[in-house]
Amino acid sequence: MSLDLILRIGTKLILPFILLFALYVQFHGDYGPGGGFQAGVITSGVVVLLTITFGLEAAQRMAPQAVVQRMIPLGVLIYAGTGVAGLLLGKNFLDYSVLGHDAVHAHELGIFLVEAGVLVTVAGTMTAIFYAFVERGR
Amino acid sequence: MKAVWPHLPALQVVIPLIGALLAGFMRRGTTAFALALVVSWLMPVIAVCMLWQVLSSGTISYHLGGWEPPWGIEYRVDALNGFVLVLVSVVGAVIMPFARRSVAFEIAAPQRAWFYCMYLLCLTGLLGIAITGDAFNAFVFLEISSLSTYVLIALGPDRRALVAAFQYLIMGTIGATFYVIGVGLLYLLTGTLNMADMAVRLAEAWPGQSPAVIAALTFVTVGVSLKLALFPLHAWLPNAYAYAPSWATAFLAATATKVAIYLLIRFLFSVFGASIDVRALPLSDILMALSVAAMFIASTVAVFERNVKRMLAYSSVAQIGYITLGIALANQAGLTGGLVHIVNHALMKAALFLAVGAVFYRACPMNLTDLAGIGRRMPLTMTAFTIAGFGLVGTPGTSGFISKWYLAIGAIERGWWPLVIAIMASSLLALLYVGRVLEVAWLRKPSPAIADASDPPLSMLLPLLVLALATIYFGIDTEWTAGMASTVAKALLGGVR
Amino acid sequence: MATLIDLAQHYNYIVTIFLMMAGLYIVIARGNMVKKLIGLSIFQTSVYLLYIEPGKIIGGTAPIIDPAFSVYSNPLPHVLILTAIVVGVATLALGLALVVRINEAYGTVEEEEIVEKDRDV
Repeated sequence: MSLDLILRIGTKLILPFILLFALYVQFHGDYGPGGGFQAGVITSGVVVLLTITFGLEAAQRMAPQAVVQRMIPLGVLIYAGTGVAGLLLGKNFLDYSVLGHDAVHAHELGIFLVEAGVLVTVAGTMTAIFYAFVERGR
Repeated sequence: MKAVWPHLPALQVVIPLIGALLAGFMRRGTTAFALALVVSWLMPVIAVCMLWQVLSSGTISYHLGGWEPPWGIEYRVDALNGFVLVLVSVVGAVIMPFARRSVAFEIAAPQRAWFYCMYLLCLTGLLGIAITGDAFNAFVFLEISSLSTYVLIALGPDRRALVAAFQYLIMGTIGATFYVIGVGLLYLLTGTLNMADMAVRLAEAWPGQSPAVIAALTFVTVGVSLKLALFPLHAWLPNAYAYAPSWATAFLAATATKVAIYLLIRFLFSVFGASIDVRALPLSDILMALSVAAMFIASTVAVFERNVKRMLAYSSVAQIGYITLGIALANQAGLTGGLVHIVNHALMKAALFLAVGAVFYRACPMNLTDLAGIGRRMPLTMTAFTIAGFGLVGTPGTSGFISKWYLAIGAIERGWWPLVIAIMASSLLALLYVGRVLEVAWLRKPSPAIADASDPPLSMLLPLLVLALATIYFGIDTEWTAGMASTVAKALLGGVR
Repeated sequence: MATLIDLAQHYNYIVTIFLMMAGLYIVIARGNMVKKLIGLSIFQTSVYLLYIEPGKIIGGTAPIIDPAFSVYSNPLPHVLILTAIVVGVATLALGLALVVRINEAYGTVEEEEIVEKDRDV
C-alpha cells in the first residue's frame, strides 16, 4: 500500500460524510426525492471507495462478506415483516394503518420501516454484486 | 382458523417469500431443504382451500394494503387461477421429497442452501403470477420467477448450464420486456393496471378492432409466448432443461411454462376477450399453425435426439403445442382439452424428468446408448417412466388420452378434420421417441456402465410412483381434471364477446 | 405534410422506438455476450421511457397536494418504472455474473467460439 497520503486521509475524512448523506437521503425521502434505493446505493458507495483506496481486505474487514450476504434477505424480511405485522393486527397484508394510534402516524411508521428494509437490502445487494465481481480473476 | 381464512391469497405468496428469505440466512443444505419441504407442503393446503372457497362462493378478491382496486393491487382468485395455483403447489409438494438426495448429489455443498432459496423464490413468483389481478404486478412476479430460474439452471453440473442459463436470460428478458410494453400500451389506453378493470374499460372505450388494442395484444402475446416456449420461440428451452439440475428441470417443466400459458389465457380471454373477438383475428390461425408445427417439428427433433433429457425437453415443446392448440380452437371442448392438458402434461413431465433424475443419481450417463437394459436394474423407476411415457403418447387409459380426446372433439366441432389426423399422427411421433427409450431400457442386455445401478431410495421413488399413478388415475377418473377444466372453459368463454 | 407534423409532435415515441429497435438489434446481431447485455439494457431502458413520458403532464407539478397547485403529474408510472429499473439492474447483474463464470469456464465470451468449444468435447 504505497498510496498517496492525501488520498488516504481524504478518503478517511469523507467516508463519514458519505454515510451521513446516505442517511439524509433516506430520511428526506418522506418529503422529497430520496428514499431507501438511493440511500442504499450511496451506502454501498462507501465500500467501493474503501476498496479502491485501501484494497479489498480492508473493505471486507469493515463490511465482511458474510454480513453483506445476510443483509440482502434481512432487508426484505423487514419489509415483509412490516406487511405481516398488519396481517397479525387484523388488517390486510401491507396495510400499515394499524401500526400506530392514528392512520397518518401509522402510515408514516409503516413507510419508515419499509424504507429501512429497502436501505438494508439495496446496500447489501450492491455491495455483494461489487464483491462478486472484484473477487473474480484475482 | 377463521382469522386466517380471508388472508389466504396473501399467505399463498407471502409464506414462500418469507421461506426464501429465511433460506437465504441458512448455510446448510439440509436445514434449507427442511424449510422448503414445510413451505411446499403448506402451499397446496392453502391453494385447495381457496379453490374450494371459489367453487362454493365465487371469486375471491384480496386488496393488498387495504387499497381498493383499481387503485391498489388486487389478488383475484377465480376458477381458472385457483386451478393453476392448485396445480403448481401440488406439483411442488409432490416432487419436493425427491430433491434432498438429488440436489445433494448434483450440487456442491456451499450452494445447496442457495438452491432451495432460489426454488422458494421461483415458487413465490409462479404463485404470484397466477394469483395477482394486476397486470404490472404479474410482470414483477414473472421476473422474480425468471431470475431465480436462471440461477437454478446455472447451478447445473455441466459448464454448458451456464450458457443455457445465459441464453434463457436473454430470451426471457426480451419476452418479459415485450409483455411490459404491451401492458404499457394498455395502461396508456385505459389508465388502469387492474386486469378486471382493464377488460371493462377496453370494452367501453375501445370497442372493435382498434389498432392500438391490437398492438397491445400482439406485444403481450409474443412476450408471453417466449416464456411459454411456443414453437419458433422455444430456442432457449431444450438446453435450459437439458443442463439444469435434474430436480429443477422436473419442477420447471411442470410449472413454469404452465403459468405462462395461464397468463396467455388470462389476457386472451379475460382482458381482451370482452372487447374484441380473438377468434376472428389472424392470431387464432397463427397460433393454430404454430401449435401444429410444434407438435410435428419438435417431436421429429425429439425422435433423433440422443440425450434423453434433451429429448424430453423437445417433447415438452411439442406438448405445449397441444395446449396452445386448445387455446387456438377456443371452443368449449378445445379449451377444456388445452386446460386439462396443462395438468396432465405437468404430472407426466414431472414423472419423466424425475425418472431421468433418478437414473442420473444411480447411473450417471444420460445418452440413450448407455442406458441399455436400465429397466432390469431399476425396474420401478423405469416402470414409472413407461407409464408416463405412454401418457405422453396418449394411450387410452392414461391421462394423455383424455386431453387429446377433448382436443379432437374441439377440432371436429370447429369443422377442422385435418387437425384430428394431425393430433393422431403427432401421437405416433411421440410413440416413436418414447418407444426408442423403452426399447433400449427394457429389451437390451444391461450395459456394464450401469452394472451396479438399482432403484433409488424411497424418498425419490415415492414422488415418482405417485406421479405415474396419477397419470393412470386421471386417465380413468376425469372428474377433478376434465370436469374442473370444463367449468373453467365455460366461465372463460362466457366472458368472451 | 400533416403526417410529418404529427410525427414531429410525437417525437418522444420516435426516440422510444429508436432505442427499442437499436437495443433489440444489438441483442440479435452481436455474438459478444457483454454487448448482448448492453443491448438488452438499452431495450429495457426504452420501455422506461415509454412509461415515464405519458406520466408527465405539461404544467403539472410533483403530486404532493398543495393549495397553490391544481395540476399534478401522474406519479404511478414513476413508481412502476422504479420497480422495472430494479428488475433491470438485477437482470444485468445476473447476466454479467453468468458472463464472468462463462469466461472462467470457456476462456471466451463470444457465442460462436463457445459453441465451437462445446462441439470439440
